[in-house]
Amino acid sequence: MFSDANLTAILLTAKLASIVTILLLLISTPIAWWLARTHCRAKVAIEALVAMPIVLPPSVIGFYLLVAMGPEGPVGQLTQALGLGTLPFTFSGLVIASIFYSLPFVVQPIQLAFENISEHYLEAAATLGASPLDRFLTIALPLALPGFLTGGILGFAHTVGEFGVVLMIGGNIPDVTRVVSVQIYDYVEALEYDQAWELSAIMIAFSFVTLLLLYLFNPNKRKLA
Amino acid sequence: MTTLQKYLTALFFLFAISNVQAQTVMVAVAANFTKPMQEIAAAFEEETGNKTVLSFASSGKFFAQIKNGAPFDVFLSADTAKPLALEEAGLSVKDTRFTYAKGALILWSPKPDFVDSQSSDVLKTDQFKHLSLANPKLAPYGLAAIETLNNLSVYEDVAKKIVMGENIAQAYQFVATHNAQLGFVALSQVMKQGKLSSGSGWIVPKDLYSPIRQDAVLLKKAEHNDAAKALLDYLKSDKVLAIIESYGYSH
Repeated sequence: MFSDANLTAILLTAKLASIVTILLLLISTPIAWWLARTHCRAKVAIEALVAMPIVLPPSVIGFYLLVAMGPEGPVGQLTQALGLGTLPFTFSGLVIASIFYSLPFVVQPIQLAFENISEHYLEAAATLGASPLDRFLTIALPLALPGFLTGGILGFAHTVGEFGVVLMIGGNIPDVTRVVSVQIYDYVEALEYDQAWELSAIMIAFSFVTLLLLYLFNPNKRKLA
Repeated sequence: MTTLQKYLTALFFLFAISNVQAQTVMVAVAANFTKPMQEIAAAFEEETGNKTVLSFASSGKFFAQIKNGAPFDVFLSADTAKPLALEEAGLSVKDTRFTYAKGALILWSPKPDFVDSQSSDVLKTDQFKHLSLANPKLAPYGLAAIETLNNLSVYEDVAKKIVMGENIAQAYQFVATHNAQLGFVALSQVMKQGKLSSGSGWIVPKDLYSPIRQDAVLLKKAEHNDAAKALLDYLKSDKVLAIIESYGYSH
């Protein structure tokens, strides 16, 4: 049904989004927990920082990442000192950029879910002798499950839909950085509208199904985060 | 008449007069021609009193936009194929198509003394990890770069090091930020007043790639726009030739 080039791009995009989603769930959990429970004054500043990718144009993020991760940039100097080389034009580079770019879409739903857990449950468990880790694993996590589902789906979908950042740091290498959105862009630029049509239709179907799942899991919360 | 009415009448005539005297030309300019076109447009406005509104993007994007009714009068493409396709689709005025500039290719590095100005030998070394070029499927400069690599018989050796920008501007960006150590870019991007503005480079001999001809065309919407026609004529003048040569293009 698909050409080899399209299939390669689809598989690469799925691989990228899956890895990013798993890493994002791991990274976002402690951040969301801290943001939900802390009374620290720095909280609003951290919240604002986490939410930045929502409002920044992808071209800005992509350009800064390209410069920062380049051989002369601070991140690039660090990765070179660690013997990892530089990140632009690599799959790892895309993973790191996507984590940064999709972070708020995972942190916010989980934070909201944590905030909705009443202190009373946690206090009751504490009086019964449950350790903080115990309380987190057996009470907070299960109660916040819908938040994790929402965050996971949004993080996955947002990474699939990523374009500007990948375009800036990817270098358009087949099977390494040429994801579906970049492939579609190439087709349009090359006036191959039939091919663009086919891949775009898949993206539309994917987006619809994703959002459908999201609303099925959260029938009462129509607002995303 | 009240003061307000007088004022409005005056305003109306002012607009009417300015409309008669000066016309506006909306120009879609291929990204690689940004700098010379800004200079050309300024000179054109000063000499004729007409106004120009310049938009910059890739030729492929402009092509799609023009097909879908974008309000441009003149299209300066980065290739010959798109103006031809517009003419065949009846979206441009017949017999207005011509080559306004020919591009030149350079193998360039932002580092001084990295590329020998007399030879391409650096391509045979392992002193670089990434070689940046424009996507050959989309950009004539990218196609010229691939032709050059093939003619030098080094394509197989460097294929794994190639990273591609969507257009020549991005290919330049990858090298300028040092993410790629070497790149095939447009001479116009690194040349100012006839000299390399920074770094080191090897100007690729013209016999190694097919000419990068950039064609202009008058679009259907501007069939009766004298200012647009004047701009196309202006692009053929000696004054413009001098400007584009200083940016590394030829006629």
